[in-house]
Amino acid sequence: MLELYGHAVASRLLLGTARYPSPAILAEAVRASKTDIVTVSLRREMAGSRAGGAFFELIRTLSVKVLPNTAGCHTVAEAVLTAKMAREVFATDWIKLEVIGNHDTLQPDVFALVEAARILSGEGFKVFPYTTDDLVVAERLMEAGCRVLMPWCAPIGSAMGPVNLPALRSMRAHFPDVPLIVDAGIGRPSHAAIVMELGYDAVLLNTAVASAANPAAMAAAFTGAIEAGRIAFQAGMLEPRDMAVPSTPVIGKAVFS
Amino acid sequence: MRVLIKGAGVAGLTLAHELTARGAAVEVAETAQHVGGGASWFAGGMLAPWCESESAPAPVLALGREAADWWDAVLPGHVIRNGTLVVAPTRDTGELARFAARTSGCDWLDADQIAALEPDLAGRFRKALLFRDEAHLDPRRAITALHATLQASGVRFYLGAVPDFPEAGFDHVVDCTGAHAIGQAADLRGVRGEMLMLETPDVSLSRPVRLLHPRIPLYVVPRGDSRFMIGATMIESDDAGPVSARSLMELLNAAYALHPAFGEARVFETGAGVRPAYPDNLPRLAFDGDTIRLNGFYRHGFLLAPSMAKSAAIRIVGRMQADNGQQSLVHPRSLHPSGHKIIPLQSGAGR
Repeated sequence: MLELYGHAVASRLLLGTARYPSPAILAEAVRASKTDIVTVSLRREMAGSRAGGAFFELIRTLSVKVLPNTAGCHTVAEAVLTAKMAREVFATDWIKLEVIGNHDTLQPDVFALVEAARILSGEGFKVFPYTTDDLVVAERLMEAGCRVLMPWCAPIGSAMGPVNLPALRSMRAHFPDVPLIVDAGIGRPSHAAIVMELGYDAVLLNTAVASAANPAAMAAAFTGAIEAGRIAFQAGMLEPRDMAVPSTPVIGKAVFS
Repeated sequence: MRVLIKGAGVAGLTLAHELTARGAAVEVAETAQHVGGGASWFAGGMLAPWCESESAPAPVLALGREAADWWDAVLPGHVIRNGTLVVAPTRDTGELARFAARTSGCDWLDADQIAALEPDLAGRFRKALLFRDEAHLDPRRAITALHATLQASGVRFYLGAVPDFPEAGFDHVVDCTGAHAIGQAADLRGVRGEMLMLETPDVSLSRPVRLLHPRIPLYVVPRGDSRFMIGATMIESDDAGPVSARSLMELLNAAYALHPAFGEARVFETGAGVRPAYPDNLPRLAFDGDTIRLNGFYRHGFLLAPSMAKSAAIRIVGRMQADNGQQSLVHPRSLHPSGHKIIPLQSGAGR
């Protein structure tokens, strides 16, 4: 079973809670996905006097673990402040750390990310950093105290799927014992199956489910694909060859003619 | 029969109209000093059920498609039936195809057709969708006019009323207090919306324009006199504080993306309000003990209030006997003996 900061999780799908048509449909999708962990992004307005109250209350009623998210933060200070507010609101030291470096591509600012990860780890947070597939950055995040890494496979919300398979393979090979979760860029279940077949530990999704015509059905489709990819990885897959290999041996075969 | 309506927003006023039309003596208590003081005041006023069905459940189209006719009949001259134009920046034209696939009632336009409909957008977009049967109105003018119409037909208004307005002597009390009922009505939550008003003589539009954007979809509604309403954010919060800098920036960016001349416009108002919403984002008529609630209009107040008010009035007053003008009064609790029943939405409810 997958362990994230000492917490055993059965489902290898982490689901974001933004952009669903309604909270009722969000709840359906969470149930259909059988996920154990949902991410929730916090905005200043939500942490105000009445604290986004009803929406967060609804998230709490889903009885899944909440991974708060610093989505939309562009600086170390903003991310650290948001993480602290999230700890208050959700009473958890887990934080999905996002520090955005480019408004258009939503590419992480990896320098600020490492800095924020160091500060937050030092204050007892369990940091889940949204990062690129860069190995050196990943090393620095580990040095900063992270025990989980969440590389993108394409820009957030782009639905492009894994655009750099060699980089993802190389990251898996370099960090054999670190839980690796692909965060961002997944568009369809086959994309999720591909990264799970590479040996990634889990997949984090939001837009691909929330913006589907039927979010609950799409959540179930992803759950199936992620399970299939995981089992296939464990079962050991064939590598492609450049010649045909018959599945039935031809030598010694009886000939009726 | 005497009915007290609490709340003079779009829900309360449309219900007052429907009840008065069925012979009830209606009085309206509003804690604010003027009508439409809540979310109604910041509404876009788009009667756009086809566009909304991109992400809204089916009842929104079923209940909203006759809203324009209702407003036109009750307030002649307020409804403008020019459809809705949906555009996307060139790099996001895929969003248009997605939007068209999720909706109905629209036609694809090319650059020439866009120029013919909205000359000021000529050359700015190569493709667009026109939702031909949609309409819009100015919510503030409509609310003010409906208030006057109701007063003329004998509805008594108590503006600046105390929150616990005395209910003795009324046959029914209907709570239409919108976001004020958050915390009292089970499952009701707030969804913050921010908007701004721009004024420029350099842009002219004849219909609401929606700008699709993967992250920040926004709309511009012409309000006449060179004024435009730009809206609206959707934030899970019941905070009604002033607009945030980020939201202001996003709203202005969208206006600028639609037409650079908005860069020179005057910002003459920014506003924020809290939309009342149930978990499915659909309105409800709920019989909650002795309290009847009509609430949860979310971003669809002007769109769904007419049809919800009509079905609420029918349930509250009972069926009119058209031949002799007599009413058979039916107490809602006799219809719903549990005394705590939510009336599910059905397409065509109340017709």
